[in-house]
Amino acid sequence: MIRALRKSEGFLYVLPALVFVAAFVLYPFGQLFYLSLTDTSLLGGGEFVGFENYIKAFEDRSFWRALEFTVRYTIFITPVLMGGGYALALLTAPNRPLRQITRGIIFLPVVIGIGSSSLLWFWLFDQQVGLFNRILVDIGILQQPAVWFTKADMGLLAVIISITWKVIGFGMLLFVAGIQSINGEIGEAALIDGGNYWQRVWYILLPLSLRVILLTTLISVIGSMLAFEQFYIMTGGNPRGQTFTSVYWIYQNSFISFKLGYGAALSIILTAIVLVFSTLQVLLSNRSPSQ
Amino acid sequence: MTALAEASVRPAAAEHVSRAAGESRPLGYLVGAVCIAVSTIMLAPLVLSFLASIKSPDEARAVPPTYIPQSFSLESYAKVFEYQAGLGTYVGNSLLVAVLTIAICLALAVPAGYGLARFKMRFKELWFIILLAPLMIPYQALLTPLYLTFSKMGLANSHLGLAMVHTILQLPFSVYLMRNSFESIPRELEEAAKVDGSTSWQTLRSIFLPLALPGIVTVGLFAFIASWNEFLSALIFMNKETSFTVPIMLVSVRTGRLGSVDWGALQAGVILSILPCVLIYLLLQRYYVAGFLNGAVK
Repeated sequence: MIRALRKSEGFLYVLPALVFVAAFVLYPFGQLFYLSLTDTSLLGGGEFVGFENYIKAFEDRSFWRALEFTVRYTIFITPVLMGGGYALALLTAPNRPLRQITRGIIFLPVVIGIGSSSLLWFWLFDQQVGLFNRILVDIGILQQPAVWFTKADMGLLAVIISITWKVIGFGMLLFVAGIQSINGEIGEAALIDGGNYWQRVWYILLPLSLRVILLTTLISVIGSMLAFEQFYIMTGGNPRGQTFTSVYWIYQNSFISFKLGYGAALSIILTAIVLVFSTLQVLLSNRSPSQ
Repeated sequence: MTALAEASVRPAAAEHVSRAAGESRPLGYLVGAVCIAVSTIMLAPLVLSFLASIKSPDEARAVPPTYIPQSFSLESYAKVFEYQAGLGTYVGNSLLVAVLTIAICLALAVPAGYGLARFKMRFKELWFIILLAPLMIPYQALLTPLYLTFSKMGLANSHLGLAMVHTILQLPFSVYLMRNSFESIPRELEEAAKVDGSTSWQTLRSIFLPLALPGIVTVGLFAFIASWNEFLSALIFMNKETSFTVPIMLVSVRTGRLGSVDWGALQAGVILSILPCVLIYLLLQRYYVAGFLNGAVK
């Protein structure tokens, strides 16, 4: 009896959190799947319609366009964030005062809200009062202030610039930690062998920080695939719905057009896509004894 | 700023990196110049936003815009303070939601971390994986069912409801961090308490909690920042003007009354909204960076 209690004692501590996850994550996920099989709307409905919403989704060109746009955004921004982040990590990894201060400044935008940063950049990009435009004109890159949000490509570029500013420090800091955790002697050995700096980066630092790079890339890709705020605030999906991301399109369907059942089916599809990356993430981050 | 380095680094291990960077004089100057250039670029948006917020409203909407304010005025801030229900209402909403998020997160994650770290149990890793489920199922997908359920329970448009959603976001990180915190406490201390005849609950309170305090502070810190900044669920759940949180209020400041943007007020709002996060980051950097490195990737 006492032994049985002993055995379950630890479980009792874990139980509240498990109940919370069951009630507010797993159960709603089941609900989401059920919803996706109905024609529920915020205005009523709720008839079971089988897989009709999924069939509709596959034929919905707007959804595919939103998904394709999200993938395009992810493909463009990931190399910028990872490559740029690694370059900044190489720059700021040594513990010298100036480099540490630089590291702290690069990381600063990571802690501010994406809503605030998107509104800040929305202002900087404005054709009339935007200082980013003025800087580009003053240094001669532009002839006159550009209109950023009336063309899809320009809007995408603007969002990529603003998000790069906001989150490049995220990867950088993880890479700095990865580089610094590499045993010093290995670096020393490379020095004796007479390799130059870039060779050491290529043959020693990069391979040894491969796991961190892979994990950070996965986190970054998942984040980009779920992008919403930056487009909601900066482009509003314009022009003509060309900059809707997947989450944005789901939001439009569910909470603007009130098509909850259809929105649920789109959410399930998106979750399945993201699951590929997040499963890899959890597997890779599996706690091994060596850590 | 130096804490940022100290927390993450074993100095000796980083030695070769300094050397590797090549420390000949001209190269050192070049690296220094690059550091200053990068820092300038990263700080510029925040500095320009702050400068715009203290311009007079006329100057804030001038075309072309000025870099350095030619006038000084706090009118933009005054406008934000008096916006609709008053800034106090929105800051109050955001703070209340954040405090509730911190409370729920800690109430769930501290015992869970303790249980996972300090007890033998069957299916332990299975429970752990379930607690990480919010990492696998994006919360963006859950908002519709949660909204329907919360509406029935009277939790839509409530601080508590929004705090629960924010807790979903933070829970995997929090449990992970608390488990690691409790695991790093030496076993001898626990043995001593057992000999004294303390129950596990007493041991948790008297021995583990004080030692796990840095972890607890970190969990609270991240819960605050995540909740304060969160946008999408606040947009969906808090659909009454008076229940807006700060990020949602900012978007409605931009939309303006007659379709024209009050640029000065918008930048004043941006500055006010990022201030708590920046202050926390600067003051509690050690906790922040340690937590970030501990929880983000491992």
